[in-house]
Order: sequence, then structure tokens, then C-alpha cells
Amino acid sequence: MSKYILEMREIRKEFPGIVACDNITIGLKKGEIHALLGENGAGKSTLMSILFGLYKPDKGEILINGKNVKITGPVEANINKIGMVHQHFKLIHNFTVLENIILGVEQTKNGILDMNEARNRIKDLSDKYGLNIELNVKIKDISVSMQQKVEIIKMLYRENEILIFDEPTAVLTPQEIESLMKTMQYLAKEGKSILFITHKLDEIKQIADNCTVIRKGKFIDTVNVSTTSKEELSELMVGRKVSLDISKNEAKIGDTILDVKNLSFKNKLKNISFKVKSGEILCIAGIDGNGQTELIEAITGLIKDYNCEHIKLKNTDISKLSIRNRIEQQIGHIPEDRQKHGLVLEYDLAYNTILQTYYTKRFNKKGFLKKSDIYKFADTLIKRFDIRTSKGATTSTRSMSGGNQQKIILAREIDREPELLIAVQPTRGLDVGAIEYIHKQIIEQRDSGRAVLLVSLELEEVLNLSDRILVMYEGEIVANLNSKDTNFKELGLYMAGSKKQSVEVL
Amino acid sequence: MKKYIFKSENFLDFLSSLFVIFVGLLIGFVILLISNSSAAPNAFLTILTFGYTSMRNMGDVLLLATPIILTGLSVAFSFKTGLFNIGASGQFTVGAFLAIYIGINATDIPSGLRIILSILVAAIGGALWGAIPGFLKAYRNVHEVISCIMTNYIAMFLVNYLIITNILDTGRGTSLPVPASSNLPTWGLEHIFRDNLRASHVNIGFFIAIVIAIVLYIVLEKTVFGYELKAGGFNKNAADYAGISGNKNMVLSMMISGSIAGIAGALNYLAGTGLSMSIVDNLSMEGFTGISVAFLGLNHPVGIIFSGIFVSSLFLGGARTQIFGFSVEIVEIVMSVIIYFCSFVFLVKTFLSKNFKKSEKEEVL
Ligand SMILES: Nc1ncnc2c1ncn2[C@@H]1O[C@H](COP(=O)(O)OP(=O)(O)OP(=O)(O)O)[C@@H](O)[C@H]1O
Ligand SMILES: [Mg+2]
Repeated sequence: MSKYILEMREIRKEFPGIVACDNITIGLKKGEIHALLGENGAGKSTLMSILFGLYKPDKGEILINGKNVKITGPVEANINKIGMVHQHFKLIHNFTVLENIILGVEQTKNGILDMNEARNRIKDLSDKYGLNIELNVKIKDISVSMQQKVEIIKMLYRENEILIFDEPTAVLTPQEIESLMKTMQYLAKEGKSILFITHKLDEIKQIADNCTVIRKGKFIDTVNVSTTSKEELSELMVGRKVSLDISKNEAKIGDTILDVKNLSFKNKLKNISFKVKSGEILCIAGIDGNGQTELIEAITGLIKDYNCEHIKLKNTDISKLSIRNRIEQQIGHIPEDRQKHGLVLEYDLAYNTILQTYYTKRFNKKGFLKKSDIYKFADTLIKRFDIRTSKGATTSTRSMSGGNQQKIILAREIDREPELLIAVQPTRGLDVGAIEYIHKQIIEQRDSGRAVLLVSLELEEVLNLSDRILVMYEGEIVANLNSKDTNFKELGLYMAGSKKQSVEVL
Repeated sequence: MKKYIFKSENFLDFLSSLFVIFVGLLIGFVILLISNSSAAPNAFLTILTFGYTSMRNMGDVLLLATPIILTGLSVAFSFKTGLFNIGASGQFTVGAFLAIYIGINATDIPSGLRIILSILVAAIGGALWGAIPGFLKAYRNVHEVISCIMTNYIAMFLVNYLIITNILDTGRGTSLPVPASSNLPTWGLEHIFRDNLRASHVNIGFFIAIVIAIVLYIVLEKTVFGYELKAGGFNKNAADYAGISGNKNMVLSMMISGSIAGIAGALNYLAGTGLSMSIVDNLSMEGFTGISVAFLGLNHPVGIIFSGIFVSSLFLGGARTQIFGFSVEIVEIVMSVIIYFCSFVFLVKTFLSKNFKKSEKEEVL
């Protein structure tokens, strides 16, 4: 018997213009949680896609229990007891949860689908692993974390032994992350072997046994997590020292930039009023779903039927303006969902960098696009923001790694130097090096006199990056805090709704 | 540097189109074999080659290709902007009627001007007819496929009524013939495209189709307007986020698409072939053939010119097979199989890129 349940040996995979995996070797032991760490675009998803049979490697071999196997597609992956939760889920939205789980492995009794048998098995599994899901609702009607649970049960239902999680925590709230980690630990205890991709070092420290680091497609090292510090891990990954703390100067608060007065929307927003001043980073904190999304959509104009006394940007009331006019009034917006709002995946990188400015003089000459200017502009952003691509400005956006897609949006919005920068989870899915860089950029925006409105679910980011914090609970602002005078615990109480400031303080 | 032969998107497009044509032809051939095995090989050869056997036939191919290239462009344009205009049939009918009406009645306007006017009015009529589903989709959230089907039938019945009340040829039960001075000029093409017996009716309509294809290509690929339209088509949410007015563009795009179908109608009936609009309860097929032509041409203006020519050569050859004793119905089945099979081209393309493109998988997965 081999020491490993799974080995990938000297895997190489080349895409036109880039070597995504360059002789990577990795060994997974039975019952271990093995983290995979690397910068955005390092090749993690590609390596896992090879294991799951979605890409054919140019070179290298895969061994399961010491035996050489060929995995040419998800079906073979399943035969080899490999399951995967993808970075962007692959469920069928119009099917129910139950249908999604049994899809492809349906059991029949006399030629008729035997749903009861399936139902019972799923029920046993979900009880055992504490993954409570409802079976008869459609995927499109359930939350992201629920969808993830469906993906996990799908693997368990297929009796997969090797479970791949590609950035499962990037889309979850801190509370949901806690529960996912517990589930993963339990799965490992039960003898499942887990490959876990994440950019969050805390998560690796918390549950992983070993960690393989890759950098720009190359294998760097496999280390024992308990004997390696977070600083060492990030240095291995980036190749230089990364400061995990955010250092910033005293805020130089100026005039009011954004002034929201008595904003209400359905039962999601209740009479919200606040101001953001030049030179400050104001963070909206709260558990996901307490009105943050609606608040941002009202300010940017993505929803229209709200009521308010005014939403002023500097001295103009923008509450009745179109989205384009608001953008022209100097609002930058890094949206919550990069693939839904932030990018046109069918366009190449360059075309995505001009999404709000394509019609301006800079890129438009008498109705024609100034292509060479557009590509030159994209090149400067690629350089300035260190966007990793395979074909430069002409790279198809769809083929880019998740983190680098996020960087396009950041680059585009920051480059416009807006008076008000709205950033919703700007570092979601980014590696620590990139996070450090983005935080620096946001602080630079603040220091050059812009107003930054940040929405983040991560308390660490909230506390470290912002100057002032507003906590939202059930559509109301329940606390207005100075970041220096508060802490995790206090924030948590406000976020859970068990504490509320008096109206005078707000 | 390695060479990636299968990697060029264009090569793959071409390959997929060839493949669906091949399979469609194969099935068509089998149907011919079943219906009359001894005559099948000759009939099949005729379908494939008849369009190219003489200059006159080639002229006829171009003539027949003109309206379906245009309806193909109309459908493709709507696709690029995220809509599916299956209302090209109705827009075609409206455009055809208006052009014929002007051709017959506006005889006090000089010939050249009258022809231009016919085409322009047909374009406007098609545009307005296309605007209806555009509006319903943008402001009432009615799916354009549903409203297109309805506007197709409304156009058919309305135009039947208008022909009967305005331009009925009581003898033939069709629209009145268009006077020769209202027909498209040939610019001497009849001297090139002819055989010993007769000249083809091919006229400048074909050039108009080519010019429109080029203009559409430029609009979509080079202009700010095209950037907006495609952004909205690819990802409506992102377009909204960027402040691109999706609703306005939806209506505009359907109007442009409709105007091209309307022009197709005009060119089809001002061709000097003696063709009149008949009063039947059938939708104009040109609109639907346009869907296949668009697919086969992979929604690319240049591809559509070629696929339009190819499809029309099949039509011409297909009609000819009747001399081998095949019934009209069999010929129609064979033509339909071949032509509608073309619509599977995207399926094949996805399949090919998954299996043959060695390393790059940009679109799939
Ligand atoms: N289908 C593809 N075609 C061309 N290039 C690709 C394709 N898929 C990935 N790449 C490139 O390969 C590299 C590795 O991408 P991959 O998605 O594996 O990164 P990753 O480590 O998962 O990054 P992230 O943390 O941002 O998700 C990137 O440079 C990406 O642009
Ligand atoms: Mg990835």
C-alpha cells in the first residue's frame, strides 16, 4: 500500500501563452485535510480541474492508492471516488435540490426512478453531517451557502472519498465558514481525504494538516501546518515578506461627500441616514442579508423604487438620477458579485476596463472605438495592478483566474479616481499579497481626499481598514462606532442584534 | 513555440459548419435513397451542384440568396445583442407589402427615386414591426419569442387584408404585378449571368445585401454603439451596472433587426421575377430560413453571406430534382432536413472544442 491515497506526479499543463501548472507534485494522505495555497492565477483551480478530469494534463500521472489512473472526465473522477465543489458552483438552477443530488446516479426500480430510496439516503447523510437542506426547493431559490451544502451532499451521496473544495469559503459569511470548517473536520475524521483551496491563512491554520504551496505554476513546498507560521506561509507563497497588518496614518477628515437622508426600501431598509466624508473609510458591517446589498444598490441606482429625503453627492441630489449620471457624478463601484455585475465575461480584458468610459472622448472618436488607445490603457492597468494574464490585454476574461478577474474591476474603478469609492467585499477571493495591495490602494484613495464606503463581512478587514463603522441589523443602522474604540466582541453583539445604540448617538 | 492548429476559433467555426452540412446532406441522401434508390444519386448530385452548372444558375443562386442573407443578418444581429428575433418573417412580410405598394402606386415619382423610397419605407415598416416585441420585452418583460410569433401572424393577416383591399390582382388572387420601372436595376448583370436560352434575374439587390453585411460588421465590431449593444446582449446585469441603458438598446436592436428583414422583403419582390405576394395563411419562410442561415454562418456577417449562398444553391438544386420524379413533398423534407440541421452548428462547435482543441478551452466548461 502506498502512503498516499492520492498522488499527482509532475503534472504540467500549458495554456496558450502561459504554463498554468509546471511539474507539480502533491500527495494526499487518507483522512487528512490538505491545503493548497498560492497566489491568484498560481494554477490551483487548474490543478484540481485536472484531477477532476476537466482538463487533460500535457504531462504527469495520477495515482490512487498507488495505482496509476487515467481521469478523462467527471464520470471517471466519480468512479475513482473523487468529488469536487467548484469555485463557481455547477448546479442546475431549474432543478430541485433532490434532482441535482441524484443527477447522473439515479437509482431505478423496475425502470422507474426510485426517489424514496434516494430521499432516505440523503436524509441519513444530512443528519449525520449536520447539513440540513430542504430537498424539494429549486436551486435558484436557495442561498449560496445552501447551494454549497448541496454540492457537499452530492459528493457524499456518490460515496466520494477524495473531496476537493475550491475556495469554498470565499462566498460564505464568517458564521457559515465556521460551520463549513466543522463539517470538513468531521468528514476528515470519518476517513475522507480533503483538498482545500483557500486564501485565508487562518482557515489553513485552523483545520489543515499539511499545506502545499505553489507559485506561478511551480511547486514550492509541502509543509506541516502546525509547525509553520502564517507569516512563513505567506512568504512561501508570494516569495517576499507580506505585512498582514494594515498600517495607515491618521485620517484627515474633510467635507461631506455622500449624504444619505431617510432612505427606505420595502422592508429591507428602514429610514437610513448617514454621511461619508472626504478622507475617511466608512465601513458598513453586519451579517449578510441585513440590508447592505440594498443600501448599495440604492446609492448606485441599481434599484429605483426606494424612498428618501435625499442622497447627496457633494451638493447634488443624485437620488433621481440615472445610473450613468451617478457614475458621471464620480461614483466608483466595486460590486458584490464580480461575474454578475462587474464583468462581461465574453469581452476581453481590455474591453472590460472601459465598461463605464467607452463613450467618453478618451475612447470614442465620432462613434468609433479607439482600439489602440483602449488596448494601451488596458496595458497600463495590467502593469500597475499586477494583473496576471496569459495574453495581456487581449486575454479572454472568462479564462482568467477568479482573483485576477477581481483585479480588473478594482483597477477600472480605482483608476477613474472617483469622489466616492464604493467597495463591496473588494478582497473576496484574493490572495494575501493582492489583499495587501488592494488595502494599500484603498487607503491611498482615502489619503488623497476621497470618500470610501466599504462593505465587508470580514470583521478583521472591517476593524483594520475602516476609520468608522456603521453596523446594520435588519435594515437599520444600530451602531455608529469609531474603529479604534471597538473590538470583535462588541461588533459581534451589535451585528447579532443583541445591542443597539441610542438614537442620540447615531 | 508550439503550433496550435485546432486553436484558432475561426478554424473551429469553419469545421463545425462543414460538419453539420455534411451530416445534414447525409441524412438528406438517405431519405432520397429510401424514396427512390435508383434516382437518388443523380438527384443528390443535382441538389449539390445544379446551382453552379451555368452562369445563369449562379445568377439565380445569388438572386435567391439575397433575401435569406438579409433575414440571416437580421436574426444574427438580434442574437449579438442578446435577443432572438424570430419575428423576421412578419417584418419581412410588412416590408414586402410596403415596397410593392409604393412600387405600384407611386408611379409619379421617378423610377430611381421610387425604388430607393420603396426600400426605405420597407426598412421603416420592418423596424416598426420589430419595435413592438422590443418594447414589450423592454418595458413589459414579455419574452420576445412569444411576441414575435404573435406579430408574425398579425403581419400575415394584416397584409393579406391590405392586399385584398388595396392591390389585389383579381385574376390571379395575388398582389398586382409591380411595374418594371419599380424593379431593382440589374446594372448589366444579365449579360454575365446567362446561358444560351435566358438571363438570370439577378440584380443589384445582392450588392445591397453585401453592403448591409459590411455595415453591420462595422457597427458591431468597431463602434461605440456596437460595444453597448453587445455588452447588453452578453450580460444585462453588467450593462445595467455600467449605466448602459438596456431598455433603449433592446428596442433599438429589434428595430435595426426588423429593418433588415423589411429590406429583405422589398428586395425579394422588387426583383423583376414576376413574383407576387399570394394571399395564403402561411408565414413567410424567408424569416425562418434566416435563422438557419444565421446559425450556419455562425452569426458572423461574412459567414452569413456564404451560408446564404450555399443554402440558396441547395434550394435551387432541390427544386430541380423534381425532374427525376421526386415528389414536391420529398424534396421539401430533404431540404428541411439539410437546412434545419444547420442549426445544430453550435452544439457541434462546443463538442469539437471540448474534444479536439488540445489545450485551450475558453468557451466551454
Ligand atoms: N481555460 C483557460 N484558458 C486559458 N488560460 C487559462 C484557462 N484557465 C486558466 N487559465 C490561466 O491559467 C492560470 C492559472 O489559473 P487558475 O484558475 O488555475 O488559477 P488559481 O490558482 O485558481 O487562481 P485564483 O486564486 O485567482 O482562483 C491563470 O493565469 C489563468 O489565466
Ligand atoms: Mg481558482
